[in-house]
Amino acid sequence: MNTILSLQQVSKTYRSGNRDLTVLDHVSFDVPAGSTMAIVGPSGSGKTTLLGLCAGLDRATSGSVHLHDTRLDGLSEDQLAAVRNRYVGFIFQNFQLLPTLTALENVMVPLELRGEKNIRPRALDLLDKVGLADRSHHYPTQLSGGEQQRVSLARAFSNQPQILFADEPTGNLDAETSEKVVHLLFDLNRDAGTTLVLVTHDLDLAAKTQRIIRIKGGRISSDERVGMQDSN
Amino acid sequence: MAWRDSRRNRARLLLFISSVVLGIAALVAIYSLGDNLRQNIDNQAAELLGADLEISGSRPAGTRMQKLIDSLGTQRSEERSFASMIYFPKNGGSRLAQVRALKGEFPYYGELETQPATAAQAFRDQRQALVDQTLMLQYGAQVGDSIRLGEITFAIAGVLLKAPGQTGISTTVAPSVYIPLRYLEQTGLAQKGSRINYRYYFQLAPKTDAGGLVKLIKPRLDVEGLRYETIESQKEDTGRSFRDLTRFLALVGFIALLLGCIGVASAIHIYVREKLNSIAVLRCLGVKASQAFLIYLIQITGIGIIGSVIGAVLGTVIQQFLPLVIEDFLPIEVTTDISWSAIGQGLVLGVLISILFALLPLLSIRKISPLNVLRASYEPTGRATDPVAWVVYALIVLFIFGFTLLQMKDWREAAVFTGSVLGAFFVLIGMAMLLMWLVRRFFPASWSYLWRQGLANLYRPNNQTAILMVAIGLGTAFICTLYFVQGILLSRVTLSSSGNQPNIVLFDIQSAQRDEVVALARQQGLPVNQTVPIVNMRLEEVNGNTALEAQKDTTIEVPRWLFGREYRVTFRDSLTASEKVTEGAWQGVAPATGLAPVSLEQGFARRSNIEIGDTLSFNVQGTLIPTVVSSFREVDWNRLQTNFVVVFPTGVLEQAPQFHVLLTHVPSQEVSARFQQAVVRQFPNISIIDLGLILKVLDDLFEKIGFVIRFMAGFSILTGLVVLVASVLISKYQRIQESVLLRTLGASRRQIFVITALEYFFLGALAAATGILLALAGSWALARYNFETEFQPQFLPVLIIFVLVSLITVIIGLVNSRGILSRPPLEVLRQDV
Repeated sequence: MNTILSLQQVSKTYRSGNRDLTVLDHVSFDVPAGSTMAIVGPSGSGKTTLLGLCAGLDRATSGSVHLHDTRLDGLSEDQLAAVRNRYVGFIFQNFQLLPTLTALENVMVPLELRGEKNIRPRALDLLDKVGLADRSHHYPTQLSGGEQQRVSLARAFSNQPQILFADEPTGNLDAETSEKVVHLLFDLNRDAGTTLVLVTHDLDLAAKTQRIIRIKGGRISSDERVGMQDSN
Repeated sequence: MAWRDSRRNRARLLLFISSVVLGIAALVAIYSLGDNLRQNIDNQAAELLGADLEISGSRPAGTRMQKLIDSLGTQRSEERSFASMIYFPKNGGSRLAQVRALKGEFPYYGELETQPATAAQAFRDQRQALVDQTLMLQYGAQVGDSIRLGEITFAIAGVLLKAPGQTGISTTVAPSVYIPLRYLEQTGLAQKGSRINYRYYFQLAPKTDAGGLVKLIKPRLDVEGLRYETIESQKEDTGRSFRDLTRFLALVGFIALLLGCIGVASAIHIYVREKLNSIAVLRCLGVKASQAFLIYLIQITGIGIIGSVIGAVLGTVIQQFLPLVIEDFLPIEVTTDISWSAIGQGLVLGVLISILFALLPLLSIRKISPLNVLRASYEPTGRATDPVAWVVYALIVLFIFGFTLLQMKDWREAAVFTGSVLGAFFVLIGMAMLLMWLVRRFFPASWSYLWRQGLANLYRPNNQTAILMVAIGLGTAFICTLYFVQGILLSRVTLSSSGNQPNIVLFDIQSAQRDEVVALARQQGLPVNQTVPIVNMRLEEVNGNTALEAQKDTTIEVPRWLFGREYRVTFRDSLTASEKVTEGAWQGVAPATGLAPVSLEQGFARRSNIEIGDTLSFNVQGTLIPTVVSSFREVDWNRLQTNFVVVFPTGVLEQAPQFHVLLTHVPSQEVSARFQQAVVRQFPNISIIDLGLILKVLDDLFEKIGFVIRFMAGFSILTGLVVLVASVLISKYQRIQESVLLRTLGASRRQIFVITALEYFFLGALAAATGILLALAGSWALARYNFETEFQPQFLPVLIIFVLVSLITVIIGLVNSRGILSRPPLEVLRQDV
């Protein structure tokens, strides 16, 4: 299997007052294309920072990050944006939908930023897959939390990403809704053959992936292969 | 607690309140100006009139009146003023001016300010004149040059800088030339039929009660049709007109303040929403709802006080410059003393109004439940259902009413104003909403994403789009209306000069001169479009009732103004192209016996309650002419030609003292100058109105009025922009989130910049369009119903205003969004941006 994401000796240090705070300390791992994995760890362990570095949202202090054979640390902000737009999909804990756009328009945004044409049918199809075809013209405020997260799922898959990063995707949802969204996430992921990187507190959710990386104090404390993905 | 809680937000709170600073500044400046004007008018009223008593009329005093005049006062001056051409032999220039022939030592208070100063006295004894400085400048004349007035020439003794009661505006419209009265006869300009104003100025013995004296002689003055003015009445008249001006300005300032307050209210609404969590925590810790409410009320009050103090200081500074803006309208010198009462009023008003408007959003604090700590999505109950909110709304309306009542002192006017302000806000907001809806509804879906996202951003939750559109739109509406009205008036004049329409009017032509003038025009190759005889007369009786009887008997529905005025009447046997009979029958020739059938303009007839068949008795230089109203005419006043309210048939007035008017068309400025020179040289008594001159005067006038209007519109636009800055900053959190999210999804820096710029462009453009639409509607109504003319707006200045307003909005928006555009995308993963 090809490697889609590769981190080599990545460290991240923040300057806090007069002293340096090392959030990530020489982290290395590879993610094969099409696999699923979870990053888990207590609060402040550096999970979110790690996700930011993997997705090209932030720059490492040292070490290198390769995403889809592109070394991210040498790229400008706009070049990084282009890489994200092309290869990456995102799902956030607090959904992050644009409040001024309808569900359909939100799903179309990544494609529109690319300047693609005739995207409406594709976006509608995705909304249909997440069961929101009849709510395509609703604004985020008119949707429930679960529905908003389903729209954000549709958006994440709209640009047919190679890799999907999900940051606590069920953190703001109740148990029942979480269950549905997780099903949907894994189904869509399996259908599209996308690589999935999850950051979560929820060990049950993490257990649904093929691999769990535990972070503690900025270092990888364990890297556990769970086996085959089981979303059912 | 209020102080501690505000710690992280003081700068932001100050920014909210800065929207009211401008309104307070405007009000304090205008109140201070009003205070100073009142004091200055009191101190300078004597110099304004120049005498203790002035009696004036349009006829020379009869023998009985002359006796009365000779018996009044310790010193007397006499002035006859009329419009006449003056001619500068040095360069051949000629222009219509207001000639004032003066005898005596007027003014008794104040002075004729001249350059050199001695000229004010010296010109009285010799054949010399004082010439207004605008004329001197226009024709490059120097002291010592000569001007010709009628048959004789005068040496220019000095430049007239200022005369009692004169304003910059009045000298633009009719520049004055003073000459000694004893030379008037020799000019040959004071002939029978000339339109001369007679004025008598009196200095009364010290401690004479001018008011009592006037009361005594008033019946005799009324009979003779004479007017009077004393220092006291002048003080009242001037005071009244400037009180109206300052009231008007104060109301405009108040509107700017209201706009600011609505901005503050919506800013605080968002502030409270962001504070939701801290308030909920306080509630968990045992703070009562009323205490939580008080914490924020105290914050707002404190900020309101600071904002009002800043506003008052700013207003006092602006006040130093206000007299410069309106000095052309003021007949007096205005001082710029600090007015503590104005500052006090501003402070009280500022604090009251910021609390009142902040109350609405603050009320929701009482409803914030401690549950919010546990559940962020827990929504407080809506404001609309809160009965206290309705009390606050009522208080606001009451406050607006109370404020206007204080300004206008008339509850009905105040109610109308309050109603109009509320109505206008609803119209503006309605228009803004409609425009937004239309743009959103019909925005082409095929346009690029950046355009659509820029537009969609206007509908962000908690957006202040509508209030921004109202504030910026209102200012735009002011400025556009100014241009439109200017356009309406100027186009009326210019339109009438197009083609072969007459563009020069010669009047005061004596009957004996008529044929010669016509010959002169033809000789210069000019067409004679029209020559019209004009007879001056007064109305003596309507249906047998005199002015006195009409006044005594209230059942006679004849308005008094009908009798006071002078009627300029013509006679002819047919209608002109600009007239048509709407009622009755036109009779062009008078029957040999009986009443002369006259025709009235229909609007005039309607205003004066005169019907077909009513009898009117006119007085022509002492001779009574009985007439009967035989027809009403509709008259197109927009053409430059002589139109008349009253038209006589032929066969009645042929022998009456009369003068003639001649209309002609000159193809160019050069021909016009040559023709005017020839006329003034050969017929010095004839006055000429050149359309070019009217255009110039109108232009001058608009430049001056326009400055005042632009000044006021500036306050509204500035307030709008401050609200814009505040709204950009309070929506910063949301903007950062959006822009960071877009960056995460792969938007380039340029794309985000374009989206943000387009958002402000839409805002500015929609606001400007709202204002322009409003101005178009208002000006159309003005043109249609007030000026009764076609409305053909000038689109170039409107386009410039549109582009400017949009551009300023984009620039201000982008400058304040700088930090937002450059946020790194990582923040999308963090909750506390």
